[in-house]
Amino acid sequence: MASVPERPATAAAGCIARLDGVGYQIGGRTVFDGLDIAIERGKVTAIMGPSGTGKTTLLRLITGQIRASRGRVEVDGEDLGGLDTDGLYRLRRRMGMLFQNGALLTDLDVYENVAFPLREHTRLPEALVARIVLMKLQAVGLRGAARLMPAELSGGMARRVALARAIVMDPKLLIYDEPFAGLDPIAMGVVLRLIRSTNDALGLTSIVVSHDVQEIGLLADRAYLLSAGRVAAAGTPATLAADPAPAVRQFMGGEADGPVPFHYPAPDYAEQLLGAEVPT
Amino acid sequence: MSFLPELASNGRGLIEKWGRFTLFTGRLFAVTPRALLRPGLLIEQVYNTGALSLVIVMLSGLFVGMVLGLQGYDLLRRFGSTESLGSAVALGLLRELGPVVTALLFAGRAGTALTSEIGLMSATDQLSAMEMMAVDPVRRVCAPRFIGGVIAMPLLAAIFSAIGIFGGQLVGVTLMGVDAGQFWSQMRGAVELRDITEGVIKSGAFGLACSAIAVFEGYHAVPTAEGVGRATTRTVVTSSVAVLVLDYMITALLL
Amino acid sequence: MRQARAIELSTGLFVLLGFASLFFMITQITNRGLVFHEQNYHLTARFDNVGGLKVGAPVSIGGVTVGRVESIDYDIKTYKAVARLAIQSRYDRVPNDSDVAIYTAGLLGGQYVGLSPGGSETYFKDGDQIELTQSAVVLENLISKFLFDKAAQGDAKKSEGASK
Repeated sequence: MASVPERPATAAAGCIARLDGVGYQIGGRTVFDGLDIAIERGKVTAIMGPSGTGKTTLLRLITGQIRASRGRVEVDGEDLGGLDTDGLYRLRRRMGMLFQNGALLTDLDVYENVAFPLREHTRLPEALVARIVLMKLQAVGLRGAARLMPAELSGGMARRVALARAIVMDPKLLIYDEPFAGLDPIAMGVVLRLIRSTNDALGLTSIVVSHDVQEIGLLADRAYLLSAGRVAAAGTPATLAADPAPAVRQFMGGEADGPVPFHYPAPDYAEQLLGAEVPT
Repeated sequence: MSFLPELASNGRGLIEKWGRFTLFTGRLFAVTPRALLRPGLLIEQVYNTGALSLVIVMLSGLFVGMVLGLQGYDLLRRFGSTESLGSAVALGLLRELGPVVTALLFAGRAGTALTSEIGLMSATDQLSAMEMMAVDPVRRVCAPRFIGGVIAMPLLAAIFSAIGIFGGQLVGVTLMGVDAGQFWSQMRGAVELRDITEGVIKSGAFGLACSAIAVFEGYHAVPTAEGVGRATTRTVVTSSVAVLVLDYMITALLL
Repeated sequence: MRQARAIELSTGLFVLLGFASLFFMITQITNRGLVFHEQNYHLTARFDNVGGLKVGAPVSIGGVTVGRVESIDYDIKTYKAVARLAIQSRYDRVPNDSDVAIYTAGLLGGQYVGLSPGGSETYFKDGDQIELTQSAVVLENLISKFLFDKAAQGDAKKSEGASK
């Protein structure tokens, strides 16, 4: 899948989410400065970047948990800046999100966790709820774990349950925050396959935030590389890997030194050693 | 040197916190009617805050009543009116000790549990996950816990006082030899319905304050292990002070 | 499911226990009993001084509480305090020459109204006024009177000694 050819960028109608010139400041620190991102319908789009570039902040902007200081965030045809809380909640019913550790509700078992959105938003009869929940659990291969508590699950299983929960309301847009972090290779392969198959089978759009270059290379149709509050590169994972820009090369190749320096800013080395100053 | 600005910023922080607390409590009240539509969730929380605090409240009530019996007996003996022991114990428990000690125990037992539970839910992204599922965590998580506490507190205080009276009778009548008839009849003569009402009003107010503080501290805790720990400590301290201040104000109001 | 039932059981137990405690306190610890809306009739009594009598204080005959003080007012025409007493209707045989006094329960206790039945064949009706009243004993007056008497006695003894 690494060699998926880049499809031409479609018009605005083909995009489920767009960020136009988005700026975001918090506590005097500029996280984003003029960010332009378009998420195409039906594709798996990866957002990559070194730690601290605000990948998670970007997700929070798209889901409306925080608001942009500047620019425009549009999701499924609605401008997030103009939505009130009710409008935002209506919009979120069309989205699903997977948090890093799954964020399962610890006082409910697996079955009830997956049933949670149904119970909160619908008044379906119990038999129907059971059928939907079992179908979604089957899709992630955990139908047998329905009565386990979240504390009894491994990291990979928790994420699969969270995936079942995220798709139980049949969203249009599914967002993954660091889905591969801290998983063993087997669990990683399982999650990787699930993201792809869920996306294609249910015909939804996926956004994956990650810094695992290899996995993104296997998974994504399109990738954005963030650096210093801007998009440093965009394209298929293959074009990103071939990008000659130093910031992109350092990230994709995993080089220790480069535009992101190995050394934290410090006074001159020789001078400090000779003077034997204790760092203040 | 940086003392004054620090003081000023602390003062500002305190006022901000007051504002946040007021707004949050307003939100709690606003979602309360919708939360009342889910009795299952409420029962769970009455269980968490009330039933689980039952043993500690009963035990404390018994011993507080016994101490009152002992101290009251010794005090009244000096005035030669030990037969008033019943009324002294009952009035002390109903109007002051019952509601106040129960509220302090509640802050320590149920309040900390509420804060750490909600704080951990926030630290493990469970609250954000709910928001992402278009479920308001204040309505789904905070409000049932708040209402559960408000329901549980007056009942706990009543149990505390009732058991305390038996504790007082145990010491006064069984150990110290006060006449049982005198003990109960003096109590009946001295205690008015409004003494009980005062106790119920107080424990209701304490229930509101302690639950709102516990839920607020949990919801606004810094979402890390350390932050949740600090929030739990703040719950106990703030609730205790709030209970004592409220106690004075309500007593002054009702006298 | 079994766990859910355990929760329901102990919650139910807790709530029942709470209400039982409240019920116990209201019925057993106060002298109010279960009756909240009792049929009453009203009598008034004028006192020179009601002392520390409070609204809600018991009215008793022979030590049995038969009613409560409903209100205490000051009559600007007669310069007297007017206490309105609510007597339970089942005690409707109070002779209309009974006298009423304000007593103190114990040395430091609260004050209450005591009715001493007279010998009349006719009984008080709703709205009647009790004519024979005795004011509260004000402790300070009693003490100052006692001291004054002692001083007078002392003076008398002194003058006796001087005359010898």
